[in-house]
Amino acid sequence: MLEIKNLHVSVEGVEILKGIDLSVKTGEVHAIMGPNGSGKSTLTRVLAGHPSYVVMQGTAIYEGKDLFQMAIEERARQGIFLAFQYPIDIPGVNNAYFLKTAVNEMRKAKGLEELDAMEFLEFLKEKMKIVEMDESFLNRPVNEGFSGGEKKRNEILQLAALGPRLAILDETDSGLDIDALKTISEGVNRLRSPNRSFILVTHYQRMLNYITPDHVHVLMGGKIVMSGGKDLAFKLEEKGYEWVRPD
Amino acid sequence: MTDAGSFINKDYAYGFVTPVESDAAPRGLSEDTIRFISKKKNEPAFMLEWRLKAYREWLKMKEPDWSSVRYPKIDYQDIIYYSAPKKKKDGPQSLAEVDQEVLKTYEKLGIPLEEQKILAGVAVDAVFDSVSVATTYKAKLKEYGIIFCSFSEAVREHPDLVKKYLGSVVPVKDNFFSALNSAVFSDGSFCYIPKGVRCPMELSTYFRINAMDTGQFERTLIVADEGSFVSYLEGCTAPIRDKNQLHAAVVELVAHEKASIKYSTVQNWYAGDKEGKGGIYNFVTKRGLCQGAHSKISWTQVETGSAITWKYPSCILQGDHSTGEFYSVAVVNNHQQADTGTKMIHLGKNTKSTIISKGISARFGKNTYRGAVRILPHAAESRNYTQCDSLLMGDRCSANTFPTLEVNNRTSRAEHEATTSRIDEDQLFYCRQRGMSQENAISMIVHGFCKEVFKNLPMEFAVEAQRLMSVSLEGSVG
Repeated sequence: MLEIKNLHVSVEGVEILKGIDLSVKTGEVHAIMGPNGSGKSTLTRVLAGHPSYVVMQGTAIYEGKDLFQMAIEERARQGIFLAFQYPIDIPGVNNAYFLKTAVNEMRKAKGLEELDAMEFLEFLKEKMKIVEMDESFLNRPVNEGFSGGEKKRNEILQLAALGPRLAILDETDSGLDIDALKTISEGVNRLRSPNRSFILVTHYQRMLNYITPDHVHVLMGGKIVMSGGKDLAFKLEEKGYEWVRPD
Repeated sequence: MTDAGSFINKDYAYGFVTPVESDAAPRGLSEDTIRFISKKKNEPAFMLEWRLKAYREWLKMKEPDWSSVRYPKIDYQDIIYYSAPKKKKDGPQSLAEVDQEVLKTYEKLGIPLEEQKILAGVAVDAVFDSVSVATTYKAKLKEYGIIFCSFSEAVREHPDLVKKYLGSVVPVKDNFFSALNSAVFSDGSFCYIPKGVRCPMELSTYFRINAMDTGQFERTLIVADEGSFVSYLEGCTAPIRDKNQLHAAVVELVAHEKASIKYSTVQNWYAGDKEGKGGIYNFVTKRGLCQGAHSKISWTQVETGSAITWKYPSCILQGDHSTGEFYSVAVVNNHQQADTGTKMIHLGKNTKSTIISKGISARFGKNTYRGAVRILPHAAESRNYTQCDSLLMGDRCSANTFPTLEVNNRTSRAEHEATTSRIDEDQLFYCRQRGMSQENAISMIVHGFCKEVFKNLPMEFAVEAQRLMSVSLEGSVG
């Protein structure tokens, strides 16, 4: 469902991605690992459409459409979701209201009727069980004052509520303790489906203990230098990134 | 013969020759202009006297230059201080003749077609029976003994009330613009609520559109007698253009014991083109006197228009246990400048004031909040709470805050909180990645920012105000 060919991306004039090829089929879970500065976040942000990232060369075809021709919100409405590494605060806007607006935009795009406040709360309660969040989150302003773990769980809650076809998780495991990691991983696993693909960007292998990927890729210096099955992740944990580094 | 009389004779000696039948006063300001205005309005002698006194004071005053707004020098002799009400046959005959841009804005603001026609000055008779609406309205108010009419009408029909209260809250000499207004005011609203009466409906200027010509020097006086309540709505969301750039209004509110006045303004005067040319200068003096014990005056405003806004709706908390409130959202976009704020003067004991001021600056807009809270020595056990928040959109706009807190006794308290935040690219990216369009994202964030103020607006106004915010912030990012 996502076909990336020879993608070169720069930000602030510096080329970060130097020719990425990646093919993701519906229902698959791909893990992308790599050291700091390798371009992992760049990849997630350019797929989501962040304006600072410039596509210099290459294509990304999403469900038959040219992804880079689509506006940010259009990509979202077509089913692409990015769980941010550093979720943004939106003071003054309460979490429930934010979610309801997002959910209704998605429904509108699919030609469905919007949910009113009551219907939405019912809908959301179900989703909150998936990430083990309680109702107190709903009245707080989006991400403001949330702990790191709460922010990440809020991202997964949004994922659950919006039901994307391609979910990109940008270092969702960073800054989490073991328990939080387990909870979030369980949430993600509950959201796996044959109709949904995941791209998990992660620095450490440990999240992959809980979420089993179909494919693992190693990103270094802006290129995918190695791809393999889930065992590749264990090898990396054992040997470190230096093992992969091309000479 | 009084001194004034001999003065008048002297003036005629200088040869002011324009016949009084003419529709407009000649450009410029002199005692003759004022006499012309007063005569055109059929005012009783006391009113002319008052105007002339004000004019003479004005001549001695200097235009203030302490504010942070900058504008080209105003030539006070280059203004026409009186022109006859617009005749219906001069206006557009249908919406088809109205500027498309203006209509587009009305659409976005959700203004119903009938109202659009009225606002655009289309001959109303064939369209909408406004006369009968206004009449039903007036009849209801009469039942309650409420007086609500144009200021000019009040001068003629209720001179005692006008004499009693006019200038009691904003004295002529208060400032340069109030003195000017007192000399040449055109028209405005007059409202008197009798003892114990709760006005059954929101009084709005909308119903005055056909009854008077909106002026550049508007004068409004609202008096709430003991135990009464009134909610007054001023302005409208539709952008109003006026070839007269200078608007210097004066609004006086008086609340007697246990009375309460709620004054809401949604203002969207023409702000000028994208370069800031041709916009309206809105210099207003608004003040409320909480004269009686347990009285309350509340100002709520949403200001998105004008090239320059200079206003400080204020409260004088004279009566013990009286309350003053100020809730404001001021938006400056493109090249708008605003120097606004409030003054709360605590004179009585156990008085309370609340100030919530939200400023939004976008593109090259400059927003200045100037607040003064003075708790005088005798105002024991008084409280003030001030919250002053600025939202910056982009990096070429600015927001400045000059709060002054003066507490002159040991039993009172003043609290001040201020925040500055930005709508930055990351927030917009986050919202858009969740499927919201940029406009919706900005709307949502701005609404969250202004919520506390909006909830004090009467409901229909709140809905309009929200739409107005979206329209006024268009093109503010990127």
